Amino acid sequence: MITAVFLGFIFAAFTPVLRKLGQSVFPWVYSLLPLGLFVYFLGWLPGLSNGPQVVGYPWIPSYGINLDFRIDGLSLLFALLITGIGSLVFFYSTYYLKGHPALDRFYGFLSMFMASMLGLVLSDNLMAMFIFWELTSISSFFLIGFNHEEKSSRKSALTALGITGFGGLVLLAGVVLIGTVGGSFSFSALVPLSETIQNSPSYVWIVGLFMIGAFTKSAQFPFHFWLPGAMKAPTPVSTYLHSATMVKAGIYLLARMTPVLGANPIWNDTLLWVGGITMFYAAAHSLFRVDLKSILAYSTISALGILVFLLGVGTEKALLGAGLFILAHALYKAALFLVTGIIDHQTGTRNVPGLKGLGKVMPMVAFGGVVAALSSAGFPLFLGFLSKEVMYEGVLALGNLTIVAVAILVLTKIFLLVAGFWAGIKPFVGHLPTELASVKGPPPTLWIPPVLLGICTIITGVYPALIDSSFVQPLFHAISGSNEIYTLKLWHGFNLVLLLSLITLGAGVALYFFWKPSDTKFAKTFRFESTSPESLFESGGNLFLRFSRFWTDFFQNGYLRNYFITILAFLILVTGYRLLGGVDIHIDWEQISSVSFYEVILTAMMAVSIGIAVLTHSRTMAILALGIVGFVNCLFFLFFSAPDLAMTQFSIDTLTVVLFMLVLFRLPKNKKLSSNPIRIRDGIISLVFGAFIAILTLEVFESPSQTDVSTFHAENAYLLAKGRNVVNVILVDFRASDTIVETVVLVIAAIGVYTLMKLDLNPQKNP
Amino acid sequence: MKSLIFRTASDYLLPLLLLFSIFLLLRGHYEPGGGFVGGLVASMAFLIHSFAYGLTQTRKIIRVNPGYLMPVGLLLALVAGIAPWFVGLPFLTGLWFSEPLRFIGAVSSVLVFDIGVYLVVIGTTLTIFFSISESV
Repeated sequence: MITAVFLGFIFAAFTPVLRKLGQSVFPWVYSLLPLGLFVYFLGWLPGLSNGPQVVGYPWIPSYGINLDFRIDGLSLLFALLITGIGSLVFFYSTYYLKGHPALDRFYGFLSMFMASMLGLVLSDNLMAMFIFWELTSISSFFLIGFNHEEKSSRKSALTALGITGFGGLVLLAGVVLIGTVGGSFSFSALVPLSETIQNSPSYVWIVGLFMIGAFTKSAQFPFHFWLPGAMKAPTPVSTYLHSATMVKAGIYLLARMTPVLGANPIWNDTLLWVGGITMFYAAAHSLFRVDLKSILAYSTISALGILVFLLGVGTEKALLGAGLFILAHALYKAALFLVTGIIDHQTGTRNVPGLKGLGKVMPMVAFGGVVAALSSAGFPLFLGFLSKEVMYEGVLALGNLTIVAVAILVLTKIFLLVAGFWAGIKPFVGHLPTELASVKGPPPTLWIPPVLLGICTIITGVYPALIDSSFVQPLFHAISGSNEIYTLKLWHGFNLVLLLSLITLGAGVALYFFWKPSDTKFAKTFRFESTSPESLFESGGNLFLRFSRFWTDFFQNGYLRNYFITILAFLILVTGYRLLGGVDIHIDWEQISSVSFYEVILTAMMAVSIGIAVLTHSRTMAILALGIVGFVNCLFFLFFSAPDLAMTQFSIDTLTVVLFMLVLFRLPKNKKLSSNPIRIRDGIISLVFGAFIAILTLEVFESPSQTDVSTFHAENAYLLAKGRNVVNVILVDFRASDTIVETVVLVIAAIGVYTLMKLDLNPQKNP
Repeated sequence: MKSLIFRTASDYLLPLLLLFSIFLLLRGHYEPGGGFVGGLVASMAFLIHSFAYGLTQTRKIIRVNPGYLMPVGLLLALVAGIAPWFVGLPFLTGLWFSEPLRFIGAVSSVLVFDIGVYLVVIGTTLTIFFSISESV
């Protein structure tokens, strides 16, 4: 299991190696990975009806963070969608991006993303899930910004990363909070604790934090705007990210947490409102768009809104409907995206008003598109019909505000039907305009994936029994936690639900003929641009940038002396505030060992050297004087039995003096650069700082010292680490992780100096 | 600094200091010393040489670009850290050979780690010094 999840990451590391192979002989070699995983996860399907299974691998057991993978209806549905649609996307891209110079990189990002998604949906541990969650944000950043030469593409990638990354941070807070309340990060352990969590005072916070995390990821209002922007990505990426994976992660999280946090008015009402607003707002928006991908983007947001809405309705039928709709939507939306990609690839345009009559040129694509559009509309005999029926039934059982909820849902569905028809039917019917006459049909690599998806939609739509007990029941059980059994039926008899269905279909089709996509309608939306969440977000971002520039200019002004003054002044303020509370120093003269002759001499040397360093006019003298201070320090270390420290300090001081000499040797004679008042100011600051440090040092003796750690190190250095030099043992064994990081810091410093010295920002000045 | 005395002295100092630095590195586990100080002493040896003969000569006797020592050192430290994973122990656990080697004494993954630190320190110091003295 762990191999299955991590295979994508391993594979991503090897894509550059496979490059030659992928370019020439087997362009489809990359598709083997998702296909293999798909088959692997299919193998889990028969065992599903026996209940959820958890496969665990310890990772950081001391913090309760483990790589536990949970297979149940919900996670398996997502795993299959991720790998299944993944296979199609991988396969489709071999032609769509044929000859792209960075194809290997593309597949690397794509498999990284796939692995992160798999980890996300399979993790039973919330912490592990959070890590995969962040990984999806990061890898999708690279995918959205794949055409990195375009400025708009970079900007959308950054927006997406900003929004989802922000949501991720909020989610982390939620995960930590629920871990504190429930005492475990494991989802399986949290479900029985549902009542404890809901009664705890932190419940509102947990819900809020989880929801912000989910809403940012799943593009709910008002965080929805990153999704249309992310359409800058190549179409296969949009297909993958927006049909089944990335944006559904938030839905997954909400569905996953429903048994723990759900069935509570706070949870349900929030989801109901946010989902309701999102689905209606986005569906209405999609009718004003003319770009195919843009229409699909808004209809995707609307579909996500429907899912959130259904989770908010919370009745058993509604949850079942949500589960079914995840599957139906993934199938038809992926197909629509793929079809859009084909149209774009073959005709070079995605402008809906101009596209028609392509059905004659590409009949197979038309088949895929029409099936997807019909399923999206919810016509009988397609999978979308089943999900829509159950959905309506679930909402009708809401209890209060039923009429409003049903009305909004029906309206949304009508709008979505039109959007789906625009994307899946309109380009293929009518007369082929002359400017599109030269368009050629796509190769099988492009049309096979949408056709396969269409076939799946029809088969499951006609024979719902195929997926009913094996798949849908475990899925429903995972979302709702209830053991009720609902059988999917094509025919429910004449009832209110059927009437609503008929209204939806009839009104939708009528609207399709009445309301045509046009540029003038699109232009009307520009008026609202300035108050849209996107613009608000952007101006907020700009404000932040300006503030940070001001902040940087103020503090990072490039003068070492100003940095020093800032640091020292701040430390003086902090220690001074602390010392205001009273100084408590009792020097016990009896305990202090007598001052030896050497110490007097050395201290005198130090004082004299400092005086020279401050007063001298020669740079060399100043440096040498500072060097003497350092060496005297070494001697002190030596006297008080710290030979290691003395040795290191000695080497460092020598090197420092040499370094100073190297640089300052070439500089002109030391001038008096600052005026007398400034020198006096600096002197006062240094003296006060020195005095404060001295007071602090003396005060340290007053507080009882904790010697546990040093005793442990002294006692165990030889026993555990076989070394008698405790200092070194601490450095290389007990605290070796620190040392690794410190060496990295050293390297960074060296690289910094190297670039500062060698980087030539004005090449024309120094030929 | 082309003085004959200094040059002659540096001829002897270079091998001596390098040996001393290795000595410091190896004894570090029991007596004062260790990779960090050892690295500093070794870089001082090369510095003295560069003062006597000039940078080009020193670069020639080091052969590799000292900057390359940094990643190599980091890699060694990382290898020493990861090695215990293969026998099921936590990151950076010291692994010891049961038999001590001649001249060197007991050898462990900790020594590899310390050699990594040693190389990183040499690489860092020399990179900083060389790039500064080449630029001024």
